Amino acid sequence: MRNDTIAFIMSGRRQRRRRWVLVTCSLALLAVLLCCAMLLLGNTIYPVKEIVRALFGEQVKGVSFAVNTIRLPRMLAGLFSGMAFGMAGIVFQTMLRNPLANPNIIGITSGSSAAAVFCITILHSTNAVVSVASVVAGLITVLIMYLLSRGRSFSIGRLILIGIGMQAMLDAVVSYLILISAQQDIPTALRWLTGSLNGSQMKELPPLLITVIVLAPILIALSKHLSLLELGEQSASSLGLNTDKTRIVLIVSAVAMVAIATATTGPIAFVSFLAGPIATRLVGAGHSNVVPAGLVGANLVLGADLIGQFLFEVRYPVGIITGLLGAPYLIFLLIQMNRKGEL
Amino acid sequence: MNNFSDISEQKLISSVPKNFKRVLFVCLALLVLCAIASLVLGSRVVRLQELLDGLFHPDAESYGANIVRKRVARTVFALCCGAALGVSGSLMQSVTRNPIADPSILGVNTGASVFVVSGIAFLNISAAHQYIWLALIGAAITAVFVFGIGSMGRGGATPIKLVLAGAATSAALSSVVSAILIPRSYVMDQFRFWQVGSVGSGSWSVVLTLAPFLVIGVVTAILTAPALNALALGDDVATGMGVRTGVLRLISALAGVILCGAVTALAGPIGFIGLLATHVMRLVLGPDLRVVIPMSALSGAIILTISDILGRLLGSPGELEVGVVTAFVGAPLLIFLAIRSKVRSL
Repeated sequence: MRNDTIAFIMSGRRQRRRRWVLVTCSLALLAVLLCCAMLLLGNTIYPVKEIVRALFGEQVKGVSFAVNTIRLPRMLAGLFSGMAFGMAGIVFQTMLRNPLANPNIIGITSGSSAAAVFCITILHSTNAVVSVASVVAGLITVLIMYLLSRGRSFSIGRLILIGIGMQAMLDAVVSYLILISAQQDIPTALRWLTGSLNGSQMKELPPLLITVIVLAPILIALSKHLSLLELGEQSASSLGLNTDKTRIVLIVSAVAMVAIATATTGPIAFVSFLAGPIATRLVGAGHSNVVPAGLVGANLVLGADLIGQFLFEVRYPVGIITGLLGAPYLIFLLIQMNRKGEL
Repeated sequence: MNNFSDISEQKLISSVPKNFKRVLFVCLALLVLCAIASLVLGSRVVRLQELLDGLFHPDAESYGANIVRKRVARTVFALCCGAALGVSGSLMQSVTRNPIADPSILGVNTGASVFVVSGIAFLNISAAHQYIWLALIGAAITAVFVFGIGSMGRGGATPIKLVLAGAATSAALSSVVSAILIPRSYVMDQFRFWQVGSVGSGSWSVVLTLAPFLVIGVVTAILTAPALNALALGDDVATGMGVRTGVLRLISALAGVILCGAVTALAGPIGFIGLLATHVMRLVLGPDLRVVIPMSALSGAIILTISDILGRLLGSPGELEVGVVTAFVGAPLLIFLAIRSKVRSL
C-alpha cells in the first residue's frame, strides 16, 4: 500500500517535471523565433544569409546598419528586459503571495523611472550612473513601502494601497521633470511614461545584459526556497530556511532587475504582472516558475513589440500594446479574486 | 445596534459643529487671499496699480492690466472646478461609504477622458459643450463599472477593492487613450493641455459652460446631505429612518458624476481634490454632511487654486499643470489613510 502511494507520488512528480521541461522548452523556442522575427522584419526585409553575415561582423551594404544598429539592440533590449520584468514579477508575487503585488502595481517601477528621468534630463548622467541611480531609487521605494506598511500587523491590502499612492506621487514627479527638461531631451524622457523599445542603442545595453546574466542564476537558485516561502513564514522557517536572509537577497536581486530594465526601456506596462500568472497557468502551481516566467516575459515584450511595429498603420510603442493586453486581464483577475473573497 | 447609540448619533448630527463659524470665516478669508494671489502671482508678478487697473478700469491699457484680466477668468474657473471636485469627492465617499473614494482614484476621470478623446478623434467634435456630454456619459459608465467590480464578493465595496478596481480600469482606459492619440497628431495637439489636467484654458465662456452643471450638482448634493447622513449610519438604519437608499445612492452618485465629469471635460483629469477637500473638512468639522458638503466646495476651491498658483510658480516661465501638483499633495494623504485604517476594513 505504502509503496503504491510513493509510486503514485513519484509518477505525479515525474509527470509535472516533464510538463515543466516541455513548457519551458516551447517557451524558449518561441522566444528564439520571435528574436529571429525581430531581426528579419522591418522596412526592408533582407535575405537571411545577408543578415547572418552582417551579424558576424561582415560589412554588408545597408544590411549592417539596419541589423546591427537598429534591429539587434532592439531585439536584445526586448529579450532581456522582458526576462527581467518576468522573473522579478514572479518573485514578488510568490513572496507576497498575491498576484497583484508586483513591481508594476506597487510603485517600484515608478521609483526607478523617476530616478532615471531625473538623471537623464537634469544631470545628463552617463548610462552607468542612470543604472545605479534607478536601482537605488527602486530599493529606497521598497524600503519606504516596507516601513510604511509595517505597523502593528502587516496586510497586503495596505501595502498595495500605499503602493498606489506612492505611484501617483512618483508619476507626478516624472511629469514635472519632463516639463522642465530641455526640449531635445523630451522624446527620450517620454519613453518613461509608456515604455518603448524605440531608439534602443547598443551602448545602452551592457548594464541590462550584465544584470540579467548575473542575477538570473541567483534568482533561479533561490527559487527553490521561494516555493518554501510560499508556504508561509512559519512553515518555511520550520523547514530550516533562513527566511530573512533569503528574502533580502531575493528582494534586492528582483528590484535590481526591474530597475535596470526600467532604466533601459521604460516601464513596459503589465509585463511583470502578467508573466507570473501566465507561467503558473502553463506549468502548474507548486514549481519554481522563475525560468518559465522570465521566458513568458520575454515573449510578451517581443511579441507586443512586433504587433506594435507591424500590425497597424502607425508604430505603437510596446508599452501601449502590453497595456491594452494586460489591463483587461488585471480586471478579470480582480473580479475573480473578489468573487472568491481573497481581497 | 441599541437605541441609545442611535439617539446619540442623531443628536450629534442634528447640531451645527461649535467651531463652524470660525472655520467658515477662516475658509472665506483663505478663499479671498487665494483669489488675490492667483491674480497677482505667476510667471510675471503684477504690481498693485496694475491689479487695480485690470480689475476696475476697463479702459486702462497696460501689459499688467491685461494679464490681470486674463487671470480673473482663470481664477474663477479654478475656483469653480475646485468646488465641483470637492463636492464630488464628498458625494462619492458617502455613496460608497468609503474614505478613499475620489473621482481620480476610482478611474472616473479616465473614463471621461476616453469618451472625449474618442469624440474628437472619430466624431470630429470640437466644441466644449459637445464633449461635456461625452465626458458625462464616460464618467457615468466608468463609475458604474468600477463600483460593480469593487463591490463584488464578500464584504461589499471595501476601500482596497474599489481602489484596485479603479486603478485597473484607469490603466486599461489610459492605454486606450494613448492608442487613440498616438496616430492622430491633430487630436494630440488639441488635447495636450487636456491630458494632464490644467485650468490654464479658463475663460469666461468655459466658466459659463461649467456653471449649470456646477449649480445642479451642488444643489443636489446639499439637498441630499441629510439623507446621506442617515446612510452613513448604515443601510438598515437609513431604511428605518425612512430613506430610500437605492434612489438616494443613484441621485447622489449621479450628482457626483455630473460634477467631476463636467470638470474633466473642461479642465482635464485633475486628481485627489475631492479626497483632500473632504478629509480636511471632516477633520475640523466632524462627520455632518450638511456642513461637510458645502464646506468641501470651499476647501476644494481653495486647494485647487493654491495648487494652480504653485504650478505656475514651480513651472515658471512655463507652468506646471495643476493635475501634477494635486497628485503630489493628495497622494500622501492616500498613503496616510491607508496606514491609519484598520486592517479589517481594508
